[in-house]
Amino acid sequence: MSSEVRFTDFKSDKQPTWCPGCGDFGTMNGMMKALAETGNDPDNTFVVAGIGCSGKIGTYMHSYAIHGVHGRALPVGAGVKMANPDLEVMVAGGDGDGYSIGAGHFVHAVRRNVDMSYVVMDNRIYGLTKGQASPTSREDFETSTTPEGPKQPPVNPMALALASGATFIAQSFSSDALRHQEIVQKAIEHDGFGFVNTFSPCVTFNDVDTYDYFRDNLVDLGDEEDHDPADYDAAKDKILDASKEYQGVIYQNPDSVPYGQKHGLDTNMSEIPDGAPENATDLVREFY
Amino acid sequence: MPADFNWAIGGEAGDGIDSTGKIFAQALSRAGRHVFTSKDFASRIRGGYTAYKVRTSVDQVQSVVDRLDVLIALTQRTIDENLDELHEGSVIIYDGERTQMQDVEIPDGMVGLSVPLKRLAEDAGGAIMANVVALGAACEVGSFPIENLDSALEKRFKSKGQQLVENNMEAARAGQDYVKEEYDHDFDDYDLETTDEDYVLLNGDEAIGMGAIAAGCRYYAGYPITPATDVMQYLTGRIENWGGHVVQAEDELSAINLALGAARAGARSMTATSGPGIDLMTETFGLVATSETPLVIADVMRSGPSTGMPTKQEQGDLNMALYGGHGEIPRFVLAPTTVSECFWKTVEAFNLAEKYQTPVFLLADLAMAVTEQTFSPEAFDMDAVEIDRGFVVDENDIGEHQTEKGQFKPHELTEDGVSPRAFPGTDGGAHMSTGLEHDEMGRRTEDTDMRIEQVDKRNRKVETATEREDWSPREFGDPDSDTLVLSWGSNEGALVEAVRFLEEDGIDVRFLSVPYIFPRPDLSEEINDADDVIVVECNQTGQFADVLEHDALRRVKRVNKYNGVRFKADELADDIKETLAAEAEA
Repeated sequence: MSSEVRFTDFKSDKQPTWCPGCGDFGTMNGMMKALAETGNDPDNTFVVAGIGCSGKIGTYMHSYAIHGVHGRALPVGAGVKMANPDLEVMVAGGDGDGYSIGAGHFVHAVRRNVDMSYVVMDNRIYGLTKGQASPTSREDFETSTTPEGPKQPPVNPMALALASGATFIAQSFSSDALRHQEIVQKAIEHDGFGFVNTFSPCVTFNDVDTYDYFRDNLVDLGDEEDHDPADYDAAKDKILDASKEYQGVIYQNPDSVPYGQKHGLDTNMSEIPDGAPENATDLVREFY
Repeated sequence: MPADFNWAIGGEAGDGIDSTGKIFAQALSRAGRHVFTSKDFASRIRGGYTAYKVRTSVDQVQSVVDRLDVLIALTQRTIDENLDELHEGSVIIYDGERTQMQDVEIPDGMVGLSVPLKRLAEDAGGAIMANVVALGAACEVGSFPIENLDSALEKRFKSKGQQLVENNMEAARAGQDYVKEEYDHDFDDYDLETTDEDYVLLNGDEAIGMGAIAAGCRYYAGYPITPATDVMQYLTGRIENWGGHVVQAEDELSAINLALGAARAGARSMTATSGPGIDLMTETFGLVATSETPLVIADVMRSGPSTGMPTKQEQGDLNMALYGGHGEIPRFVLAPTTVSECFWKTVEAFNLAEKYQTPVFLLADLAMAVTEQTFSPEAFDMDAVEIDRGFVVDENDIGEHQTEKGQFKPHELTEDGVSPRAFPGTDGGAHMSTGLEHDEMGRRTEDTDMRIEQVDKRNRKVETATEREDWSPREFGDPDSDTLVLSWGSNEGALVEAVRFLEEDGIDVRFLSVPYIFPRPDLSEEINDADDVIVVECNQTGQFADVLEHDALRRVKRVNKYNGVRFKADELADDIKETLAAEAEA
């Protein structure tokens, strides 16, 4: 079936309720195209969505999917992949989901390096609750709950990922459709945890990190002939360079061995016998 | 002389108390004797006071009692802590050559056997075997053939080489010979006779783990916590043999969500924790139920609230299991009543979870989880394990459960409330599932009619299960007695023995041990027909008594214990007598 799959097969019949112009439209389109391009179809794909505007993505896509508890999408995705390695698992969420309430899981999902992809729709604002600071909001970004700005520096997601032992770190921009799709595709193809921080502007509540801002300021690593994603030090320098924001695959460990391979997980755990498994009586004998 | 023999070894944490006690218990079990063990332990790695206690008989033993016949005391504190249980003629084995034991005080009427444990161990090959010398001494006191100890030593040390096994055997004999030569039966003799029976010796956590593998569980995610860690440790290194996997998560929030993910992928999946972990997992209960995901969640209860007394017994989480989580969450709550029932209730939990696509709580408790107890191996008959995966559809029949547009209906409205389940990878089964209210296809909805349809459908599964499954209590004592005693969880063993003690005193009691908290048997008739109703549980408020009063619309008497120590059979018999006497006076 996969050869005939079109990206629209991943579209559900539900119309998105995102605000007109929301970055999430482009982010989702790129994800669907990347899934189709990498030979997946809705019946072998499992999408896990977090909570927030971004979390609605599970409803608008057509695949096996679960929309879970705020901040816990990554453990759910890891559980799915471990139990059935044949599935293509993609986790999507927002900056609040991934870097605030779910920050603890982010660190450990990165360390665990399960073979799945994680797209964070980063708009640097809490949109669904109508405009409060997010963990990636700028220090002086004024919102209803931070009238003078959060007065604390934003989380640097890529630095957090790098410090946690990431094997794939990328950044994309929802409006740069081709590049975004290409980067998500590389995350899917990566043997391990493919992390993509996608700038997905909120047109309603964020007038600072806008389409124009990213268009004017993003530096595409594809333009820098000399950036080798396998070069850890070069990646580190770019990630820690506060003067610029990059688009592209910043770091990829070519020797990445995913969790499932390290642990010999190669069976679909949904298949079990009709009774106690063969040799189960050996377990009782151990207690003699 | 009583038919049972009560033995203990006590000292500081780090003295090898647990492993020494286990060796003795194993030796008794291998000699065809029944064993019931208990532990006094603290949440520390070294120091303090810790003890491993063994009650043994040729008949089945299901409880601890307030009596200690032989005590191996590595510290003075071990004697002080057990003064209530020691009695006239009790034998205390200690090493009088140890500086801190030179001035040891043997209470009046008891027999102190000073055995140079360390010196004899050194002669046999190393001071580390001092506890084994003490075991040899205990064998002599109990007239227990030392060959049985050899078999347990071999099991324990075989992996470390035959030499070590032989050194330990020699150390044990040195202890035995010393007592024989120096004390020549200056104490009450016991006669720990052996039988040809085969027994297995295991604890509740191990039984839960074994039950999980037997039931086809392939995925376990957990976070270490006393007293549930043994479930995870048991599964690690074993479940892999059947294609399963254990994940140590970063916290309990992650553990339950990892387990949920595996369950969504079609694996039989579980997590286990204790009260503080359940607090965190509560966040996800509603999602499990609303997305209709089969999941087994074991809560091995310990003393709460907050960090409470992490190594002490309590049955304080019943309300949490019944009501935890916001909104109204359909769920099943099973509470195994013995170590072997930990196995069977785990198997049942997996079947219920999948048949009704619902979270199932397994409420075990510390007393049962850390108790090693003997059973006939037939108590874990793997051929009797049945697997029922419920309403699973594949490519061939999925068409019957799709909309006209070919959209699968994972929350199809059915008469019994149970909807079809398609494992991911099934062609034509792609669907959304969510913690949001949803329609039959799993798509978010706020439609008022569909809301009612879905809520009713989920609760209908509980009604269906209540009708279809067997929720009977376990019955003991005199079925015609006017005195009804009710309990849940691990109190069963102590109560069964207490009922026997009461019988000997001419008091007949009917005892119902209830392993199903929700749904639970309708006991209103039994409760209303009895003159006296007493509900026994390890908590302060009487959480189970509350639900039974609610069911039967009648006040009941309560026997509660919440000092952190499990019920003892003789103590319970006295409690019941007192409760009945107080009632008669009133």
